Amino acid sequence: MNGKRKIIETMDITKVYGMGDISVAALNGVSITIESGEFVAIMGQSGSGKSTLMHILGCLSRPTSGQYFLDGEDVSQLDKVQLAGVRNRKIGFIFQSYNLLARTSALRNVTLPLLYDHANPKSQEEADAKAEKLLDMVGLSGRINHQPHELSGGQQQRVAVARALINDPVLVIGDEPTGNLDSRSGEEIMNLLHTLHAQGTTIVMVTHDPKIAAHTQRTINLLDGVVDTVVHNGVKNKKVQYETV
Amino acid sequence: MKLSEAAHIAWEAILKNKVRSFLTMLGIIIGVAAVIIMVAISAGTEATIQEQITSLGSNLIFVQGSMSRGGPGQPPTGGLVFDDAAAIEDGVSGVTSVVVEQNSSETVKFGDVSFDDVSILGTTSGFPSVRDMELADGRYFTDKEIDRKQKMVVLGSAIAEELFGEDDPIGQVITVGTTKLTVIGVMEEKGIVGTTDYDSYVFMPITVVFQKFTPSMFARIMGDSIRMIYVEVDPDANIDDIITQVELLLVKRHELTLDTADFTVTTQQDIISTQESTTSAFRSLLAWVAGVSLIVGGIGIMNIMLVSVTERTREIGIRQSVGATPDDIRLQFLTEALMLSIVGGLIGILVGVGGAYIFGALSDMRTVVQLSSIALAFSSAAIVGAFFGYYPANQAALLDPIEALRYE
Ligand SMILES: Nc1ncnc2c1ncn2[C@@H]1O[C@H](COP(=O)(O)OP(=O)(O)O)[C@@H](O)[C@H]1O
Ligand SMILES: [Mg+2]
Repeated sequence: MNGKRKIIETMDITKVYGMGDISVAALNGVSITIESGEFVAIMGQSGSGKSTLMHILGCLSRPTSGQYFLDGEDVSQLDKVQLAGVRNRKIGFIFQSYNLLARTSALRNVTLPLLYDHANPKSQEEADAKAEKLLDMVGLSGRINHQPHELSGGQQQRVAVARALINDPVLVIGDEPTGNLDSRSGEEIMNLLHTLHAQGTTIVMVTHDPKIAAHTQRTINLLDGVVDTVVHNGVKNKKVQYETV
Repeated sequence: MKLSEAAHIAWEAILKNKVRSFLTMLGIIIGVAAVIIMVAISAGTEATIQEQITSLGSNLIFVQGSMSRGGPGQPPTGGLVFDDAAAIEDGVSGVTSVVVEQNSSETVKFGDVSFDDVSILGTTSGFPSVRDMELADGRYFTDKEIDRKQKMVVLGSAIAEELFGEDDPIGQVITVGTTKLTVIGVMEEKGIVGTTDYDSYVFMPITVVFQKFTPSMFARIMGDSIRMIYVEVDPDANIDDIITQVELLLVKRHELTLDTADFTVTTQQDIISTQESTTSAFRSLLAWVAGVSLIVGGIGIMNIMLVSVTERTREIGIRQSVGATPDDIRLQFLTEALMLSIVGGLIGILVGVGGAYIFGALSDMRTVVQLSSIALAFSSAAIVGAFFGYYPANQAALLDPIEALRYE
């Protein structure tokens, strides 16, 4: 597979919260395209709609209008059950606050998505073997039986990265994955993401840190629910409405 | 998600909150135990009653005297008399034996020991056989002795013990009222039959009771009054036919009609039916009480499950974010509710069966643990768990993933 396959293609998506007078348009017509193997940063001030966009890209919610093609499939009209299936098979989501199950071992947290893979049920041994490999990759082979409260923030986030990868997703999404971490732990996570990127994983992540964003191929800046600017390796294009790289 | 995985998750969730899980199950435990213990008590009571009734001897008709209403302007007439018994024995076919009884109460004395208000029972010679009683010592009085109004008594086991202790009562002379009577026998212990404690009775020839303990005005006019006639019938005879014959005969003798009869006729079967209907009423009352406690237990489960769903909103969001469908979430919480009620039900069975045995051992009441009550209580508990677990599980399933993840 080369870099020409479109993983994300959104067409004029909007997201309106609430109804009538008190409604808030968090996204106001966002059209972006991200191809296989890309590493893209999303930036923008607080309230600009970054998380809202990530939730839609991560199939955690549906756009109010517009279309979203994920890996060639229109997912903007899917129902709850179908969206759950898409999240399970195609997406690895890394949250700012780790979102690991409390009082559950690192290993069980990593295998959690496999529990809900109804189409391809795996044996416990298969699941464990795969999770152990991923935990080894994120540098936690010695802590597979540790529970979240026994791990540092950086270690917890690495467990979350391993969990995001267990289903071989076509897309890894991070909503400020380094936001809760000190700079050293943040760097470790970024190194991990760069390694994944080098292996061909498609990654979209929100960040506040321009230094982190500078390490990606492309930065999409949001402003009040629309794409404001797109930066390619330091090249700045004002008001790009429809990006195909 | 496979059921085994759901069960595993549910089990871990229960173990993570042992105290709360136990408190949640408490309602179900009490409900199930209550069903088992109460049914065991009522089954035990019923068995005891059945045994007592059959121990009274079978194929018995009880004719009991009562005051008749009398015709308009006529005084009420007075029930059964001694000669009625003989008339039944001679005039009704299929009767094997007729025994009469008349009660009184008197002070009974032996030496320094004295008891007031001791029940006196005047009977005829067939009494022990008709009531299925045995003599522990000595003998009962004979027809000849009854005819001769012999001053003799047979003692119930308890009164014999109280009057004589370890000593042999046979041949001793006791004083009943002002009459001296010779003890010729002691009954075997019988226990309480219905409401009658025969063990504390003093038995004597009915003629002695007529003569010494019921100086009756009626006796001079109508013959000696008696309380009850026991009619023992041939097991092959038609009992309804005999009842009709007895009724017609007595009505004719008393110059009354069936509507104004001064006696009532009941059978062993009538008594069993009455007892059965009271115990079955008792049983259904208990079933209701226990059922209500199970429902209260179910509401407890629903309450805790709702709390649990709220508390674990974030967990639900995490599971949804990695692909759990509404069905997966519903299954997880329904399994947990079901498991709480099933574990509660199992503990309830242990408590119930153990409680029934302990209760039976420590109290006078007998308990018979019914397998059907275990099955009923357990399956009700499971149904209650599923029923009351559904709503919270559904609430969990309907949560929006992002709202759930945002929940603090
Ligand atoms: N569930 C919601 N209900 C109402 N308004 C919301 C909701 N989520 C986000 N918003 C609003 O949408 C806008 C964008 O929010 P968000 O996507 O979280 O921004 P960011 O992640 O860039 O800080 C904000 O104005 C926010 O208040
Ligand atoms: Mg945000």
